[in-house]
Amino acid sequence: MGAIAATGNKGKGIRSDCFVSLELTDQGGIQLTVESKVAVMYGADIRKQVLDVIDFFGISNATIKVEDSGALPLVIAARVEAAIKNCLDTDKDYLPPLLDENRYSTAKDRNRFSRLYLPGNSPSLMINAGIHKPDGIILDLEDAVAPDKKDEARFLVRNALCGINFYGAERMVRINQGERGLEDLEYLVPHHVNLILLPKCEQPEQVHAVNKKIAEIVNRKSSIVNPIWIMPIIESALGVINAHSIASSADNVVSLAIGLEDYTADLGTRRTLEGTESFFARSMVVNAARAAGIQPIDSVFSDVGDMEGLYQNVLRSKALGFDGMGCIHPRQIRVIHEAFAPSPEEIEKAKKIVFAFHKAREQGLGVVALGTKMIDPPVVKRALNTINLALKMNKLAENWRETYVQ
Amino acid sequence: MCNKEVTTSHVPSHPKYDKLVTNAAGRIVPTVINGRPQVPYMGVGKYKPDGFRAAPKLSSCVDFPADGNKVIPTLKEALLKAGLRNGITISTHHHFRNGDLVATQIFDIAHELGIKDLMWYPSASFPCHEPMTKYLEDGTINRIEGSMNGALGKFTSEGKMKGLGVLRSHGGRYQAVQDGEVHIDIAVIAAPTADFFGDANGVNGSAACGPLGFALADSEYADKVIVVTDNLVPFPCIPWQINGNRVDYVVVMDKIGIPEKIVSGTTEITKSPDRLLLAEWSAKFCDEAGLIYDGFSFQAGAGGTALSIGIYFSEILRERGWKARFARGGSNKYLVKMLEEGLVEYILDGQTFDLDGVRSMRDNPHHTWTSPFTSYNYHGKGNFSSIVDIVILGATEVDVNFNANVVTHSDGYLLHGIGGWQNTLFGKCVILPVPLFRDRNPVIRDEVTTICGPGELIDVIVTERGIAINPLRTDLIEKMKNSSLPIKTIQDLKEEAERICGVPDKPKFTDEVVAVVKWVDGTVLDSIKKIAK
Repeated sequence: MGAIAATGNKGKGIRSDCFVSLELTDQGGIQLTVESKVAVMYGADIRKQVLDVIDFFGISNATIKVEDSGALPLVIAARVEAAIKNCLDTDKDYLPPLLDENRYSTAKDRNRFSRLYLPGNSPSLMINAGIHKPDGIILDLEDAVAPDKKDEARFLVRNALCGINFYGAERMVRINQGERGLEDLEYLVPHHVNLILLPKCEQPEQVHAVNKKIAEIVNRKSSIVNPIWIMPIIESALGVINAHSIASSADNVVSLAIGLEDYTADLGTRRTLEGTESFFARSMVVNAARAAGIQPIDSVFSDVGDMEGLYQNVLRSKALGFDGMGCIHPRQIRVIHEAFAPSPEEIEKAKKIVFAFHKAREQGLGVVALGTKMIDPPVVKRALNTINLALKMNKLAENWRETYVQ
Repeated sequence: MCNKEVTTSHVPSHPKYDKLVTNAAGRIVPTVINGRPQVPYMGVGKYKPDGFRAAPKLSSCVDFPADGNKVIPTLKEALLKAGLRNGITISTHHHFRNGDLVATQIFDIAHELGIKDLMWYPSASFPCHEPMTKYLEDGTINRIEGSMNGALGKFTSEGKMKGLGVLRSHGGRYQAVQDGEVHIDIAVIAAPTADFFGDANGVNGSAACGPLGFALADSEYADKVIVVTDNLVPFPCIPWQINGNRVDYVVVMDKIGIPEKIVSGTTEITKSPDRLLLAEWSAKFCDEAGLIYDGFSFQAGAGGTALSIGIYFSEILRERGWKARFARGGSNKYLVKMLEEGLVEYILDGQTFDLDGVRSMRDNPHHTWTSPFTSYNYHGKGNFSSIVDIVILGATEVDVNFNANVVTHSDGYLLHGIGGWQNTLFGKCVILPVPLFRDRNPVIRDEVTTICGPGELIDVIVTERGIAINPLRTDLIEKMKNSSLPIKTIQDLKEEAERICGVPDKPKFTDEVVAVVKWVDGTVLDSIKKIAK
């Protein structure tokens, strides 16, 4: 009897996915059964694709069944490949083409107000994620994937990186902890991932290990040219204590995030809406990140139905010094962006200062003044940041100074 | 025009359909259906038949009880008195939606009596009407003219229905009755409240459903009218949405509907972020194109996406201090909230989807009931549909010529009725918020499986990956030139769908026609063919 494997999902509520069962046999050729919700439109296409994958891996005898609930081709390919690799040792990878639209890199200091978590083994949530315009999309291989689905999720996440257009969102993946996480990188680094989230980070060595693995893969594959950033997530008491050494552990660490569910568990307390229990940790993370010159990023707000609560939470987060927040539902994105964006009052105040700053420069003055009042350099810097942000978020016209009336 | 003779062994001698021609939409359609001659679709507004309205036989009041009491002990007796026999047409309304307990009972009785070849003429069918399939199979029912949803649609698509199915819009149903194309022999009107004289309404009683407008034509034109109620009140039943003066018999039974299925949960605002985005973009489009103004009007369909438009309209109206002069129902709690907040001045309502809608219609004089006659009827001296500024609708498919389909799915199966969809296309700006693809099922394609709405009446397609404006609407294209929304061509959208999903194969049909789609004027717009196995 040959090896047997089953991958993917089926049943009530499952959409845009498929379930593949495979048995390698000794004889009898390829016995393929396809049951599909879209059989009329794509039945022939699905058969052709499955046979193509099987042929690619040089399999000539197998019984394979695909139960499809409207999966896109890159999902079907991932499920079949995962099933095959469960049964077979091979170095070959059946890759969908990397879309031209996905070949973008991201800047170290880009906005990271919102980053949308997507479970790494749920294709239906990935397909339209980009249309909601989060700053970043996290394909999560860690906590959002059941332990027995972690292997197959790698193929899905890899194919999503290649074939799903996220419309400009930073393409992020949260890898697993430890050795498994380093193995995850093999499925990500060659496929134009922009940023790796490193969970349960407690020591700078964890960042070094990730960077070592990335370098090893990049050396092997000369085609990788894009920068790969790292966002360590602080989720424990020890992590909080080591926050600054983690934040400053490598040049490609662009932000430091905090995960409060695990952190409060580690403290032996519970997460509350007011967040008194995490005040120290959040402040530490903000301080450590700022000291290292990177972005501090806050934890997710879990009540997806409470938009007002979320808004207040973001305002508190912004007041503490955070530059962004995770989200677990697309509806949270706009609220987070609105709350992190400079308010009309902030923009008005900043315009005054920045206008005075440019005027002083043109007149060759070293000191910026508003009326008789001197403006300190840090205040000018903050105003410049506010204006830049307002420009980026289309809250201010590029040429605002031409029409500005003092 | 109709055969009034009582026949005991009625066997239809005519074929289901005959004489196929290509109509103005380029579709091949029969010109004889169930023995009746038909006019093929000629184009929007092209067909204007001569002649007179159909009329039921004269009644004389002396034939009815002087004390006004028309109550008959059972539905069976009432049906027999009304002349239940082979080959006649029996009509029902769908105000109880999936909670209807009356329609099936009529055919249970017919089956028990061995009656054959009935035509069922519902204003719509629902999953609760699945038991009708056994009566279609055993010949009790010859065919359905109205809508064939779910299991009934599948049954029809597989070629099992004896007669030819005919799909009509709500307005088309009124038109067919009014111009005599369909003669109703017995109308059974389930009424949440009625008196012994037959006056009836839908706003009171445990089966309250709001208006009874879909039964209006039936009450006016049928030979015999039976009102069935589970809430008999002493005369007079106020308000009377159905006049007792048109009613022959009244039947009282324990329960005519299941309230929680009458006001069903299908009419909740969507929580799907993708659909909310469609609703948000649709509202934004209306705003940027200048379609929203103080005193504008709108109508949104019953789907979750369409319902959500109200949230975004409300935001815009509140911000500007504007209000809509009227909104067309189907109403529900969200529209009622707009009315009560003063964002909408009047609701003109064809059906209510929840108890808030029923309450508002009963208690608020600014929330009034309408019928397919006032809203949609082709033979009226005008109707409301063309007065509405913005119409938001759904579709199963849209093609690159903006033609849309609401009755079949891309696998070829008939699954839905037309409802008021065709009629509302006459609004000033018709917007279809639809996903570019559902799972792996492109919504925008080269050609729709079935054409229900001609592209010239459909103005804007809003998808999550771009918005296409009908090239005929140069005014809208001009207004949206500098829009912040992603305006694309419909061809672009189709190609994007195919890039993501692949190019779909078409369903395989036999040559046999199993149902037709009528246009609002009674002409034949398209044929639905039997699925090839």
